[in-house]
Amino acid sequence: MTQLALVIDLNVCVGCHACVTSCKEWNTSGWAGPMADENPYERDPTGTFFNRVQTFEVGAFPFTETVHFPKSCLHCEEPPCVPVCPTGASYKRAEDGIVLVDYDKCIGCKYCSWACPYGVRELDEHQKVMKKCTLCVDRIYDESLPEAERKPACVLACPTNARLFGDVHDPESEVSVAIRERGGYALMPEWGTKPANHYLPRRKTRIEVTEEELVRADNPLKKERKLPKPAFDEPSLDDVTSW
Amino acid sequence: MSEPLTESELRRRRGERVEQRNTTCYMCACRCGIRVTVVDGKVRYIQGNPDHPLNKGVICAKGASGIMKQYSPARLTQPLLRKPGAERGAGEFEPISWDEAFRILEERLARIRETDPKKFALFTGRDQMQALTGLFAKQFGTPNYAAHGGVCSVNMAAGMIYTIGGSFWEFGGPDLDRAKLFVMIGTAEDHHSNPLKIAISKFKRRGGRFVSINPVRTGYSAIADEWVPIRPGTDGALLLAITHEIIRRGLYDRDFLVRYTNAPQLVNVDPESPEYGLLVRTRDPVPEGCFDPQNQLWWDRHTDRPVRTHTEGADPYLLGSFTLEDGTPVKPAFQLLVDRLKDYTPEWASRITGIPAETIRRLAHEMGVTARDHRIELPIPWTDAWGREHESVTGNPVAFHAMRGLAAHSNGFHTIRALSILMTVLGTIDRPGGFRHKAPFPRPIPPCAKPPKGPEDVRPGQPLNGMPLGWPAGPDDLFVDERGEPVRIDKGFSWEYPLSVHGLMHNVITNAWRGDPYRIDTLMIFMANMAWNSTMNTVEIRRMLNDKDENGEYKIPFLVVCDAFQSEMVAFADLVLPDTTYLERHDVMSLLDRPISEFDGPVDSVRVPVVPPLGECKPFQEVLIELGSRLKLPAFVNPDGSRKYRDYPDFIVNYETEPGSGIGFLAGWRGKGGEKHLRGEPNPRQWEMYEKNGCVFHYELPRSYQYFRNWNQGYLEWAQRHRLTRYAEPIMIQIYSEVLQKFRLAAEGKWPGRQPPQRLRERIRTYFDPLPFYHEPLEAQVTDTQRYPLNAVTQRPMAMYHSWDSQNAWLRQIHTYNYLYMSPQLGERLGVEDGGWVWVESPWGKVRCRCRFSEAVEPNTVWTWNAIGKQPGAWNLAPDANEGRDGFLLNHLISEELPGGAAGARVSNSDPITGQAGWYDVRVRIYPARADEPGRTWPEFEPARPVPGEPERPRRWLVFSARGKARA
Amino acid sequence: MHPAFSVIFLTTLIGAGQGLFLALYTVELYAALELLPAPPAAFYTWGSLAALALLGLGLFASFFHLGHPERAWRAAARWRTSWLSREVIVLPALMAAVAAYGLAHLLGLDWRIFGDALPLPGHVTLLLGGIGTVLAFALYLCTGMIYACIRFLQEWHTPLTVINYTLLGGASGFTAATALAAVLSPAHTAFLGRWAIVITLLGMATRVASLVRNARLKPKSTLESAIGVRHTRIVQRSMGFMGGSFNTREFFHGAPPVVYEAVRWAFLVLAFPLPALLLAVGLEGGGTPAFAAAFAVQYLGLLAERWFFFAQANHPQNLYYQTVG
Ligand SMILES: Nc1nc2c(c(=O)[nH]1)N[C@H]1C(S)=C(S)[C@@H](COP(=O)(O)OP(=O)(O)OC[C@H]3O[C@@H](n4cnc5c(=O)[nH]c(N)nc54)[C@H](O)[C@@H]3O)O[C@H]1N2
Ligand SMILES: Nc1nc2c(c(=O)[nH]1)N[C@H]1C(S)=C(S)[C@@H](COP(=O)(O)OP(=O)(O)OC[C@H]3O[C@@H](n4cnc5c(=O)[nH]c(N)nc54)[C@H](O)[C@@H]3O)O[C@H]1N2
Ligand code: SF4
Ligand code: SF4
Ligand code: SF4
Ligand code: SF4
Ligand code: SF4
Ligand SMILES: [Mo]
Repeated sequence: MTQLALVIDLNVCVGCHACVTSCKEWNTSGWAGPMADENPYERDPTGTFFNRVQTFEVGAFPFTETVHFPKSCLHCEEPPCVPVCPTGASYKRAEDGIVLVDYDKCIGCKYCSWACPYGVRELDEHQKVMKKCTLCVDRIYDESLPEAERKPACVLACPTNARLFGDVHDPESEVSVAIRERGGYALMPEWGTKPANHYLPRRKTRIEVTEEELVRADNPLKKERKLPKPAFDEPSLDDVTSW
Repeated sequence: MSEPLTESELRRRRGERVEQRNTTCYMCACRCGIRVTVVDGKVRYIQGNPDHPLNKGVICAKGASGIMKQYSPARLTQPLLRKPGAERGAGEFEPISWDEAFRILEERLARIRETDPKKFALFTGRDQMQALTGLFAKQFGTPNYAAHGGVCSVNMAAGMIYTIGGSFWEFGGPDLDRAKLFVMIGTAEDHHSNPLKIAISKFKRRGGRFVSINPVRTGYSAIADEWVPIRPGTDGALLLAITHEIIRRGLYDRDFLVRYTNAPQLVNVDPESPEYGLLVRTRDPVPEGCFDPQNQLWWDRHTDRPVRTHTEGADPYLLGSFTLEDGTPVKPAFQLLVDRLKDYTPEWASRITGIPAETIRRLAHEMGVTARDHRIELPIPWTDAWGREHESVTGNPVAFHAMRGLAAHSNGFHTIRALSILMTVLGTIDRPGGFRHKAPFPRPIPPCAKPPKGPEDVRPGQPLNGMPLGWPAGPDDLFVDERGEPVRIDKGFSWEYPLSVHGLMHNVITNAWRGDPYRIDTLMIFMANMAWNSTMNTVEIRRMLNDKDENGEYKIPFLVVCDAFQSEMVAFADLVLPDTTYLERHDVMSLLDRPISEFDGPVDSVRVPVVPPLGECKPFQEVLIELGSRLKLPAFVNPDGSRKYRDYPDFIVNYETEPGSGIGFLAGWRGKGGEKHLRGEPNPRQWEMYEKNGCVFHYELPRSYQYFRNWNQGYLEWAQRHRLTRYAEPIMIQIYSEVLQKFRLAAEGKWPGRQPPQRLRERIRTYFDPLPFYHEPLEAQVTDTQRYPLNAVTQRPMAMYHSWDSQNAWLRQIHTYNYLYMSPQLGERLGVEDGGWVWVESPWGKVRCRCRFSEAVEPNTVWTWNAIGKQPGAWNLAPDANEGRDGFLLNHLISEELPGGAAGARVSNSDPITGQAGWYDVRVRIYPARADEPGRTWPEFEPARPVPGEPERPRRWLVFSARGKARA
Repeated sequence: MHPAFSVIFLTTLIGAGQGLFLALYTVELYAALELLPAPPAAFYTWGSLAALALLGLGLFASFFHLGHPERAWRAAARWRTSWLSREVIVLPALMAAVAAYGLAHLLGLDWRIFGDALPLPGHVTLLLGGIGTVLAFALYLCTGMIYACIRFLQEWHTPLTVINYTLLGGASGFTAATALAAVLSPAHTAFLGRWAIVITLLGMATRVASLVRNARLKPKSTLESAIGVRHTRIVQRSMGFMGGSFNTREFFHGAPPVVYEAVRWAFLVLAFPLPALLLAVGLEGGGTPAFAAAFAVQYLGLLAERWFFFAQANHPQNLYYQTVG
């Protein structure tokens, strides 16, 4: 069985928000749109987004780590948001594990959002239905697109390639390999929601320089220290005294 | 809906017509290739062009929000004339026709040109068409032209170009495909936004080590393996100490220094000599030209005699002190560098920078050992400029990148020289894994273009004699009158800022207002928000724009603003010219300007319109072509005075730098049928061919020409044949800068040519040091730093471009207003609360703003995002929008002038060498706002009023879909 | 959580409606067992009408919670998995039962449908009431479970939630019934009033128990588990937008701490001791005004209680929405 998902590499995410706006851009005019904005040019603008990038600070100065943290629906394998939905508008597709909302059925009761621990569902305040990341289901199967572009908009946009997309149930997929080899983890595992999306942790590269490496035979200073011998005819003690 | 539909199925069912076109993004100056999908005439989706060499398909937050720029309610749509009797700044306009606008401009500009062309000043901001605007200014005959470089990063350009013949910024960059250690200094977002992100992430994935030196940890620095917080303005000390340690340990690349730099060249060290401090040269006659004749001397260790550099078999001393036959004492330049570095120890630097000496030493060792022990060797044979054949291309995998954190300080020039020298000492210039040039760089040191030499070069009715902007090689290239006083309105190329190679845009308004050095008549501003964020001391500058003389005349009599949006600047215009957006016009990113070249060869690109212009918007390019034709500027008319170019696309195809030169704005598909590259006759189908290729032309150099380009015979000759350069002489790295020494000699009265006015002698003598040295920024020198102990700086937010994007409904949700970030300890000490309102005060002004605590900032520094705060009502935002009420502009705290001490009553708050604006030098103190003060930002401004023709702004809802109406 | 007024009214109104109906049925049962005299039919009919009104008002309020009330019927679809769906089925069913019950009393139907086989008089009203009672308890269960089943909301994820919904609804219903009886069937006031006091005090006990429990809760999710970084010091610098979003509006009460604390004390006083006292005063001769006041005060108290119930629930998603920056 297929479970499509995103794997987000916190080791390279620079928090640029490309995934945020490219998602909005693709989806607002697409099948999952529109995504309304309220007070667009007034005080306190607010609108529907399927994906947000947040920033956390870990540790204290000077050992602070700044962590940029993109988050969209994690397409949980045990999605608590689905069974609570009274209308069946929220559902998880059997064929690829994508969790979707059928806007035509949704009554906008918000109950599913209460049942999601991750805060990724957003009620569109204009259309009054629940919306969320669709994994760009309208792109990834669109055969009129070139194969390489049958990926979510945010994945195509991400300048650091921090967003991988694929089937986490296929052990050979890029995403499964990344999870396996680079310590991919799920958010809030304590709830047993089994998010399909995973995150890859930061990794640190260090260079150790040993004292031996600082003194080497080919040190150019050896050459530099060989300064020219003074010319024979330069003054010396020989010229001024005898004893 | 029920079952999801694919996009194509959805379009099919709705019966919509879908088109895709490639063009070039301009949500910022990075210029990525984009593919725009248009549905029934409406922009639906903007994605990165996967085939584009720059961004390889990715896009950024701004690029993906281009739709909201296109449909912004802040768009200007008609030419506007200030209502008779209305005050400037009141924003009262009446729409006029383009005919009328052109008539006004033609009449006024023709009069100025016939009398005194310098009374017309053209200053442009974050544009990318300096080749055309510069050409227009030169043809008009005014020297008063510059783009944003002086407010931006001219130190970065000048500091490096005067040292290695190329620079970061748009001219070169780190080779992260091969580097092992990457040190990024003072960079938040950079011009090369997407490519740098792509490169850094690949580098990290390969396991490279990434160190960021920055007082603040955001963005790129967030993913650094090590963050080295530094006190602002002190990097010079750090870099000099690192270089000290590297040399002390013998970790420098000796072979590189010997062969490719002036390190071993002998310098006259006889203080009595008129040539004191200059390189000793053989007396052989050399042809005049803009290149570095290879006639300097080495002291050969085999023969113990001076020999001409690069003499076959010779091996020069790098250290020592020698006497020439005529008794002149000489030293290799490297010895002088070592002498200079003697006291710049890690301990010394630690006290200045706040970085532990141990860290400084460790960084030096990491750099030195990685450079030495991880040498890259590529099996690419090449030949150097002296004819020596090399079996392979080698490189030392330590790469640096730096931007405005170094540049935007008034000591930045020397800091950047210090960085260039560190990179050189490590042997990393135009080599794999290090720094790589991008065409048309490297250039000779300095590049050939020269500013005019004196007032006589500004002639009524004639083009300017010289380039408005150029690269002085010595005191005699300055642009001053017989008293040594400036000719340019911004005092560029004067003794105050001799190497101000990008002008000093930040002083134009103040100088023009004061009439110092003279009054001007018309100031034309294109794409610059000089009533707001590209101005220091914003409150005063706005007053100057409105100020009248005793006759009731505006001190700056006529202000023309060409903008696409209702920026803060627009309200001050007498005449507003509504520009198109980047999706509505033709544009070129030319090799004559700052192209988007790659390490492997020149790249230029174009924009083509994907949607028709809104209202009466007209591309500024067309305005210039029209004006040039009407004013009969020689480049725009035939010998009989008739119009030469139909429009801008026609101009781009047919313009040649000289008749028959075969060099034009675009390098691709030249020649009658598009068969030639770089040089060739005009090709009438050139636009088409660009478009077919994704609007980009990429010329890949043969592999053997891709490295060591300063000294690569093959490359230099290729560049010469394709007229990228006039000479194919090697470009030696100037560890020791003779150019600077020439100015110093002039200050000491030893230069046979021009000499500075008395009041500036000491300033020139101090700052024109041929070797880098550390000095405090000018502002700190005149500020009571006990009273103002903190540094205040800004960062580029990745999801906003300067002041442009508050009109963008999506982006403004990410940055709606800004906080001042400070360390929690500082906040506690000051008694302010996280999220509370504080006063920030500098010697020059104060603002009230909200603060946020952050552990990711050096404790003596506070920072905020740049240009988020806005004038209420500008950009067609609601008058109570957060940008104007909660957001603030740091610029209010920064002065464009400083008390000048001996150098005069006042000097620009700029680097004394290049005129680079000292944005990041400001010192502040902070205290909590009183409880009874309003929870609003201060200073407060009257709300700007919408201008005629602006689209109605949707109030409650914006429900955008490329299907129905743009707005609900 | 953000206390939505629609939901506050929905749950308090139907809770009281259910309780009132249960009070009526309790009286009828006692009467059938001849433990109490039979009240006049008007007591049942007016009582049922009042219960129906409370349930109807609750239902009405619930529509304000929906983005698409016109599609509310769809909410019955997922009764297999969704407590909300179940509530949506049970509430109208209960209303129908109450209506039938009231109508049967109004029409004075006294078919003895079970003949004499049972010791109880097999009146149809008893059967209808029995069905209603099952439905009323089912509805308490549904309503309670809507909240209790969300395991991330640790404050709610406890049997106490269902118990409290039941007892608090019951208390207010019995108080209402007492007031009603004072007007229509004074003979039953004492019986109902005592029950009302007992249930109120029981409700107080379980509600205080839940407060105590919640005060000791340790959030299962932390910033560490939320972003998967192990460190003792993690602070959010920016939630990624500044003008608010659904996630900042729906899951935060937004009230200043003083208000929050005030509401807690207000409901602890208004919902329990004060109405109990007023009931006692009524029983001691205060009569109808005291009972009416008891109901009014208690209902107010329950509004506050429900506000607090939502406000106190700290959703783990809030970890992601802490700082505008
Ligand atoms: N405090 C502080 N101040 C700074 C800096 C800093 O770091 N800190 N940075 C400085 C730097 S590096 C720079 S480069 C300057 C930039 O300063 P500016 O050049 O003034 O930058 P923008 O805000 O981008 O303003 C450019 C204007 O271009 C307009 N515009 C956008 N698109 C178009 C178009 O297609 N056509 C036309 N005609 N107009 C258009 C916008 O509406 C805006 O009014 O700011 C400087 N100011
Ligand atoms: N998204 C976006 N991209 C942009 C722009 C934009 O507005 N938005 N603007 C464009 C323009 S015009 C420019 S010039 C470039 C500028 O690109 P950058 O130079 O990358 O941008 P700045 O924000 O000026 O970054 C300066 C950095 O230097 C740090 N800094 C300040 N003082 C010091 C110091 O003394 N030492 C060190 N080591 N660091 C210091 C600051 O903390 C900050 O991180 O960006 C371009 N790209
Ligand atoms: S686009 Fe990529 S790098 Fe940028 S915020 Fe999203 S995940 Fe991070
Ligand atoms: S992340 Fe939330 S919305 Fe998405 S599937 Fe999991 S529980 Fe449902
Ligand atoms: S808001 Fe819509 S999708 Fe969510 S639970 Fe209610 S009906 Fe289902
Ligand atoms: S997968 Fe598609 S819908 Fe989901 S966050 Fe990415 S772009 Fe948005
Ligand atoms: S980096 Fe600049 S040019 Fe590239 S996509 Fe973003 S806004 Fe456009
Ligand atoms: Mo800039």
